[in-house]
Amino acid sequence: MADEVILLDFWPSPFGMRIRIALAEKGIKYEYKDEDLKNKSPLLLQMNPVHKQIPVLVHNGKPIAESLIAVQYIDEVWNDKSPLLPSDSYGRAHARFWADYVDKKIHEVGLKLWRTNKGEEQEAGKKEFIEVLKLLEQELGDKPYFGGDKLGYVDIAFIPFYTWFKAYETFGNLNIEKECPKILSWAKRCIKIESVSKSLPDQDKVYDFIVEMRKNLGIE
Amino acid sequence: MADEVILLDFWPSPFGMRIRIALAEKGIKYEYKDEDLKNKSPLLLQMNPVHKQIPVLVHNGKPIAESLIAVQYIDEVWNDKSPLLPSDSYGRAHARFWADYVDKKIHEVGLKLWRTNRGEEQEAGKKEFIEVLKLLEQELGDKPYFGGDKLGYVDIAFIPFYTWFKAYETFGNLNIEKECPKILSWAKRCIKIESVSKSLPDQDKVYDFIVEMRKNLGIE
Repeated sequence: MADEVILLDFWPSPFGMRIRIALAEKGIKYEYKDEDLKNKSPLLLQMNPVHKQIPVLVHNGKPIAESLIAVQYIDEVWNDKSPLLPSDSYGRAHARFWADYVDKKIHEVGLKLWRTNKGEEQEAGKKEFIEVLKLLEQELGDKPYFGGDKLGYVDIAFIPFYTWFKAYETFGNLNIEKECPKILSWAKRCIKIESVSKSLPDQDKVYDFIVEMRKNLGIE
Repeated sequence: MADEVILLDFWPSPFGMRIRIALAEKGIKYEYKDEDLKNKSPLLLQMNPVHKQIPVLVHNGKPIAESLIAVQYIDEVWNDKSPLLPSDSYGRAHARFWADYVDKKIHEVGLKLWRTNRGEEQEAGKKEFIEVLKLLEQELGDKPYFGGDKLGYVDIAFIPFYTWFKAYETFGNLNIEKECPKILSWAKRCIKIESVSKSLPDQDKVYDFIVEMRKNLGIE
C-alpha cells in the first residue's frame, strides 16, 4: 500500500520548511498544499483543530502537528535512510535541546527585529539576536553541520531561518555575516544540499513578503 | 559500572516533578539536589550554561536539560521497564503533541492567574485556563490515563501542575473540580500511584510558597 503524505503549509513558514527538508532527505513523495492563512481550509481546521496552524503533516489520513514533532515522526517511520537524529540516546537529547533552543529563541527574538518599530525593544532584540547566533556558533564549533559530518536534526530546525536573514538584517539593522561569519558559512554549506535548496524559498521572496506584512501591520 | 544520576531541581517546580516521576517509574536511584534559585550552585551553572535553569538531569556527569527532553532520555536509556512513551511512531507523535500543548498552555496561562493582580488580564487568563483544561478533558476521554491503561508521557507532563491547582483556584477565583471534574478524577487517580505521590510536594506547601512569591512580587 503506497503511503499518502500531504503537507499543509505556508511557503514563507520556517516551520513548514523544516518538514519539507525532512521529507526531501528521506526521498518521500508528498502533496504540498499552500494554505491561505486568512481563509484556512476545512482540511487544515480538521487536521489541527487545537492550534489551527500550519504546518501539519498528514500521513495516510492521520495528522502530525508541530514541526519538530513531525520531523521526529518522519525520522522514525522512514528509518531506512538518512537518519536525522543521532542513534545514541545522549546524542538525541543533545540534538533535541538545541532544536528546542532554536525554537525558543530565533523566531521570538526575530519578531523584535522585523515586527517592531525602531526603538528600545528593537535595539534589545538586536543585541539578543546576536547573542543567540553566537551561542549557536559556539555549539557548531568546527563541525561542518550541527549534526556532525552530515545534515541533522538541529540543522533542519535552524536552516529555514536563513531565508529570513535578509529581513532580520534590513529591519533589525545588523550584519549577520560580520557578527557571526561561521553561521553564514554553515548556512551556505547547507543550502548546497539538494533537499535543503529545493525546500527553501528565495531570501528575496521572503523579504518582499515581510515588507508586505509590515505594511499591513502599519510598521515603519 | 553503577549509574550516577543526579537531579538538580527546585521542589515546587512542576518541570522538576516530571523528571522525579519518570525516575521513580523506572526505579532509578538518584541524588536529589534542591537549588537555591537566588544563589545557583556552580554545578547548575556548569551543567546548564545556556538557560541556567532547573531542572537538569545529570547522568554519569553528562547533563540533560529541559524536562520533557530528560523524560524522553530516561525512557530511552532505561528501556527495560515501565515504558513512558507508546511503542508506535504515531502514538509517540500524538503523546509529544499533547505534552507540548501542556508545556505551551498550562504554565503560561497559569501565570496570569497567580502572578497578576485582579483585572482584565486575570479574567482573560481564567477563561483561557478553563478552555485549556476542557480540551485536555476531551483528549483524555474515557481513558483512565492520557497514556491509556497506564501512566504515560502526557500524564507525567501534566500531573505536576495538580500541585499548583489550589493556587490557581484561590488566586484565579475558579473551581477546577466544578468546571472540569474529569481532570480532577484523573489527577486523583494519578496521585494514588506511588511514583507520582512520592515525587510531588503537598498542594498546601506549594500554595504557601506561591503566597510568599506574590508578597515578594508585590501582588495583592
